[in-house]
Amino acid sequence: MSAISRDTHYGQQAEQLDETLPGHLPQWLLERRRAAARRFVETGFPDPRDEEWKYTNVRPLTTKAFAAAERRDALDAATIAGHAPAGLEPIRLVFEDGHLRPDLSQLDPLPEGVQIHGLNDALREHPDFLQPHVDAVSHERFSPFPTLNTAFMTDGVLIHLARGVTLERPLQLLLYGNDDSEALWCHPRILIVAEEQAAATVLEHYVDAEGARGFTNVVTEIVAQAGARLQHYLLQEHSDTAYHVGNVFVRQHRDSVVTSHNVNMGGRLVRHDLNVDLIEPGAEIHLNGLFLVGGRQHADTHTRVHHSVPHTRSHEEYRGIAQGHGRGVFKGRVLIEEGAQKTDAEQHSANLLLSDKAEIDAKPELEIYADDVKAAHGATVGQLDAEALYYLTSRGIPRETARAMLVHAFAEQVLERMSLEPVREAMRDRLSRRLPGTIEGSIGY
Amino acid sequence: MSTQPKDIEQLVKRDYKWGFSTDIDQDILPPGLDEDVIRAISRKKREPQFMLDWRLAAYRDWLEMREPNWAHVHYPKIDFQAISYFAAPKSKDDAPQSLDEVDPKLLETYEKLGIPLHERARLAGVAVDAVFDSVSVTTTFKEKLAEAGVIFCSFSEALQNHPELIEQYLGTVVPRNDNYFAALNSAVFSDGSFVYVPRGVRCPMELSTYFRINAMDTGQFERTLIIAEEGSHVSYLEGCTAPQRDENQLHAAVVELVAEKDAEIKYSTVQNWYPGDEEGKGGIYNFVTKRGECRGDNSKIAWTQVEAGSAITWKYPSCVLTGDNSVGEFYSVAVGNNFQQIDSGTKMIHVGRNTRSTIISKGISAGRANNAYRGLVRMTPGAENARNYTQCDSLLLGSTCGAHTYPYIESRNPSGQIEHEATTSTVSDDQIFYLKQRGLSEEDAVNMIVNGFCKEVFGELPMEFATEAEALLAVSLEGAVG
Repeated sequence: MSAISRDTHYGQQAEQLDETLPGHLPQWLLERRRAAARRFVETGFPDPRDEEWKYTNVRPLTTKAFAAAERRDALDAATIAGHAPAGLEPIRLVFEDGHLRPDLSQLDPLPEGVQIHGLNDALREHPDFLQPHVDAVSHERFSPFPTLNTAFMTDGVLIHLARGVTLERPLQLLLYGNDDSEALWCHPRILIVAEEQAAATVLEHYVDAEGARGFTNVVTEIVAQAGARLQHYLLQEHSDTAYHVGNVFVRQHRDSVVTSHNVNMGGRLVRHDLNVDLIEPGAEIHLNGLFLVGGRQHADTHTRVHHSVPHTRSHEEYRGIAQGHGRGVFKGRVLIEEGAQKTDAEQHSANLLLSDKAEIDAKPELEIYADDVKAAHGATVGQLDAEALYYLTSRGIPRETARAMLVHAFAEQVLERMSLEPVREAMRDRLSRRLPGTIEGSIGY
Repeated sequence: MSTQPKDIEQLVKRDYKWGFSTDIDQDILPPGLDEDVIRAISRKKREPQFMLDWRLAAYRDWLEMREPNWAHVHYPKIDFQAISYFAAPKSKDDAPQSLDEVDPKLLETYEKLGIPLHERARLAGVAVDAVFDSVSVTTTFKEKLAEAGVIFCSFSEALQNHPELIEQYLGTVVPRNDNYFAALNSAVFSDGSFVYVPRGVRCPMELSTYFRINAMDTGQFERTLIIAEEGSHVSYLEGCTAPQRDENQLHAAVVELVAEKDAEIKYSTVQNWYPGDEEGKGGIYNFVTKRGECRGDNSKIAWTQVEAGSAITWKYPSCVLTGDNSVGEFYSVAVGNNFQQIDSGTKMIHVGRNTRSTIISKGISAGRANNAYRGLVRMTPGAENARNYTQCDSLLLGSTCGAHTYPYIESRNPSGQIEHEATTSTVSDDQIFYLKQRGLSEEDAVNMIVNGFCKEVFGELPMEFATEAEALLAVSLEGAVG
């Protein structure tokens, strides 16, 4: 199938925006959507000749005429129960094929000062409250996908934490792809706003029914006001035939601390962009990531941390494992602007290449315009330590088990940074299932 | 060192020490580029037909190509039609046989540049193939090299005397349409150096060429080809300075190295072309393609460079490690001051088994300069047990300059091992304080620290170059602190 004409297909869809969206759509949003649709038709999908897309060809996305999935309400509570990390007991919002399922969600009781609204509900009931938060920090400098999301976003969530409020229970956003029809897409929009000194933990969790082939194009906008503390988990466990593009935008004010955990295990073609702006002194970001690709999977993660003022800090630990015919890409950029003295930036990318058909591409970047800073990065690509393997096998541990143990130990460097034990445990479990060899019975965590 | 505006000011005031222009009668083609110009160049140089055909093919490729824009550099659009593509000293028809016959004005130029041609040749045992603009003027120590069987001559001469070698090797490492500037070079290259070291020969002396840009508005398109046959060894040095002027000058050279089985090539560069004035006006555009192929097993290619000049440097000396157990090395010091822009690094392409590469890059930025390391390490599926180690360090002197690192790591072999490390630092107050209380002036202290920062690379340079490089660094950072 040849590339479909953007002008006709997406142009036509853009024309029908008024009809396809709920009648209560406010004018400001409609205008923004139309403008975004026009821009996307103009720029189109990115090309591998574009430096930001050098290692990822999105051609599979350009050859399908995607359209939004219908609301089906086919998902049941039992299926969902299987996808909550045991012992987590979260507050939960469930989306089926991009549509919110209030009946499957459990929100109450929320502490005072915490507001969590489905995007469509917010548009209907609190449009003025919502307006300043949509597209507040997202932009299209590195990727046209946020534009596409603005044009076609269907549903999502607004999480608003008032000054000083702490949401104790973690909030799980379970986005479930249930419809396995060809060429379905959804464009969730997730808005997280934490006012001064507020704190919360939010999990974005992507899971699919077996064989789902949809394309999820999500935009997450996070604003951490002064002193706010946020933990953001991005757990991507799509089916191996699904497509996923995620753009996370973080803006941090004075003394705020944001921790991002990004675990990527599913999907056929996955691309993540994490853009972090540290705009006031004392802001601190921790980026932890782990990807595992096998089969014919392709996962690409780009992180960009922008230090624009003095006394900000970033710490990044990304690890990748590639097996089978998988291809993993990591590009991390640290930009320290002129005047951003006393910045402390550290970035590590470690990668394991486990098969001769797999590929790892890493590109850690430093761009520094200030002299009184601490900035370092390191990147490695290699295989399991032969001596460690020898040691384990000499102790009678079967080779496959020894390999699995070492791979787990490698991944653990990232997983151990997660403060939610149930999530950590669940991710270890998923990792075991995707790796050959088992460590069960040989060691215990 | 913390931000001290006074230091930066003094640093920026550094003048180009070697700024002058020699007025010599030149044989220049009018500006412009088309197939007729290429035919004229080829005719003037009495080239064989295959050379002209190759040039024309490269020109046709070039017309189809686009100027690259991915580098971290900014410059006004180059008008390729405003450049004159050929300039040769008039005396070329009756080429001088000895130094006495060389135009005294030319010799004077070399003297001003601090290249005591005869002295250096005698004392240091270096054969100098001095390239003045585009055509070689004189070559020394030819006899001694000839005795060993080494061919070291200008590219034009090689085309006359050894066309079969050129035809066999030219473009086999850097194809004529490799990139935009390489294609341009392939079409219009004027001259350069040619080195052929026969089987089993260890070249009896360091080979050296001084590149000079002299004629107004004359782009220089050097072409260098070095072939090291099985079991041979050669060390080649290249250094350059250029007269001061306001017009930007384009320099798009191509260097190809071929190392056969068990051969070793060491290629060292000290580059100090005119970097532009304090406002960033003028200066050389240095867009160079340098690549070596370790074609045979157990061969080795080592690039060492000290990049101090040029307004814009766009240069990635690379190694293609085809032969099993072959070794590629890259040692670089890049110094940027005022408005200089440097985007430089290397590529290590591992193809053969047990291939190893080492990259040591030291970048120093001052003034408003931007200094970027851009490097690629690629392990192809057949590169069993390949190893790479990369260390990139940046030193920032002042708060208005930039230091950037863009390493590309591509691994397709599970037995390969790649390590990349980069740090960014400045000269700390503590270090300065320590040295000052030992009686050193602040300037000497900074020089010492900066030299220490570069030591790893300078140690790789041939002796006479190492001294020169240290002096160059001191001059470059003259008045960096006061």
